[in-house]
Amino acid sequence: MQNAEVKVAETFQTKTFEYRNQLRAFTVLGFFAAVSLWTLTTDIRYVYLNAYLWFGFIYGMTLQYGRFCMASAIRDLFAVRVPRMSVGIMIGVVLFSLVSAYATAVGKSTFHASPLGIHSVIGGLIFGIGMVFTGGCASGSLYKSGEGSVSAMLVVLSLSFAQAFFVDAGGWFDSLAPSAWIASALAKNLPASLTPTDGWFDLFIAGHIWNLSSTTLATLTRISDPFVAAFAGNSLLNAILPAMLLLVIIYIGWYRKGYLRTTGAGKYNGWRTEVAGYWSMITASKKTAIAGLILGIAAGLHMWVMQGLQNRFGIFNAGELLGAMGHTSGLSIQDTVFDPGYFYITTQEAQAAGWVLHKFGADNMHNIFFGLENGLPNPILNPVLWMSIAIVGGSAVMALLHNEFKWKWPTLEIAVWAIFGGILMGIGARIALGCNIGAFFVPVANGDPSGWLFFLGMAAGGYLGVKFFNWWIERKMAKEVTGLKL
Amino acid sequence: MAVKFEKMSDGNYMLDVQGYVCPHPQLYTKKAMEKLKQGEILELVFDNPSSGESVIAMCQTDGNEIVEQIHQVGTAMHMRIRKT
Repeated sequence: MQNAEVKVAETFQTKTFEYRNQLRAFTVLGFFAAVSLWTLTTDIRYVYLNAYLWFGFIYGMTLQYGRFCMASAIRDLFAVRVPRMSVGIMIGVVLFSLVSAYATAVGKSTFHASPLGIHSVIGGLIFGIGMVFTGGCASGSLYKSGEGSVSAMLVVLSLSFAQAFFVDAGGWFDSLAPSAWIASALAKNLPASLTPTDGWFDLFIAGHIWNLSSTTLATLTRISDPFVAAFAGNSLLNAILPAMLLLVIIYIGWYRKGYLRTTGAGKYNGWRTEVAGYWSMITASKKTAIAGLILGIAAGLHMWVMQGLQNRFGIFNAGELLGAMGHTSGLSIQDTVFDPGYFYITTQEAQAAGWVLHKFGADNMHNIFFGLENGLPNPILNPVLWMSIAIVGGSAVMALLHNEFKWKWPTLEIAVWAIFGGILMGIGARIALGCNIGAFFVPVANGDPSGWLFFLGMAAGGYLGVKFFNWWIERKMAKEVTGLKL
Repeated sequence: MAVKFEKMSDGNYMLDVQGYVCPHPQLYTKKAMEKLKQGEILELVFDNPSSGESVIAMCQTDGNEIVEQIHQVGTAMHMRIRKT
């Protein structure tokens, strides 16, 4: 009887907790809806920023629902032999590539291929080590911030400020630049206000990156029909076949043994069993697979919508729109701001940190990254930052609706890993010109082979990070088991 | 809060990784399971939701049995895993 009363009390508490979470979820949703309504009634051109906002909201909800994280994909494969997330990521890549191919074929894609070079591998390697240390990739850290993880918020902060410092670092950093980069940067005849020979990152961009070529497989295959080029070149060759091949490798290396053990030795039926096992791996985590599917479709539609809005307003960049709306502060010397037109994470975070540093007196508009290319707009008017904020909001709503939101304060050890790993992720993202989304997910789905170079580096970095953590945790466990008879 | 790995009774151990985020909970669980003998049970206490799904998948891959899962809203998650 006493136990039954306790159960009733617990149920009442649970229900109260659930109602409170639902109320909080609708409050967060209401906040974003109110921002949309208020801005749109002020000036209809805010629809451009709102498009980023609501796609960000969808990304946030989906990332949290499927716990979609590329750090988890690589780390869990090497650390605990779990392929669940790798499978989800590949499903996302395939779906995204199909939607993107259609958008490209009908001329509605905003995608621009990245320069092809070893910098993608090196940046990916540093980023990959960092994301294992922090426990989440760039997009994963945003959605985990929405779940109330303070360590994920520390990752976002350190990643943002590391980028902002790195792109403006001068002094001894400049000695890292080969003389060929200096000569090449000088030959570009950039405006003197940018001081292109002062700052390692400026020399890297103007003296090296701008000399590299960029292409997509649709362009390389020289197929004239836009539909065949987009679907066969970009989607099939650059995304679907490599993704399927990776899934076969994951099946053989990580999943097959466990699957055959559960099916029983006597029931092996050749290729039928293998195909069933392959399919079982793909459908093993429905939530992750569904998240991959939604993300893929949403990311493709996002490009389509942004291109449509650019056509509607007759612009190539959001800076033109902000300028026309009277918001000229923080635009680059080309009157532009960062505006990829698709799912992106790190550059807008660098801008936000750069803007804060600028307000504290940093002279950081005289470099290529902020001064020429991306600008330093007020975060309240930064279109792509609206997407990042909405990713956190969307994730918070989904976490609250599933009673998974909880303020989680990190231990000192976790906080140190978050900050240190975040710095590595920030440096890696700038060298590779993007993160797990902008330098991998978007390029591979759009026919750009540079995305696979980043993936190679990120996977190698993830492997090294796991090796280190295995040693670290083994060492700590050895202390814990002292005195236990095991 | 530091990691706690304690013997509760014969064949029953408790690993408390509250406050830890990925990949710590799943890596500590893997290491703890490696140290247990067949038939022994590990009670895992954690509060990082995404680690839970990785631990479940890890048990499926390694063939260990999840005897019980308790997730009462607003509290830490508990999972009892038997080494097979």
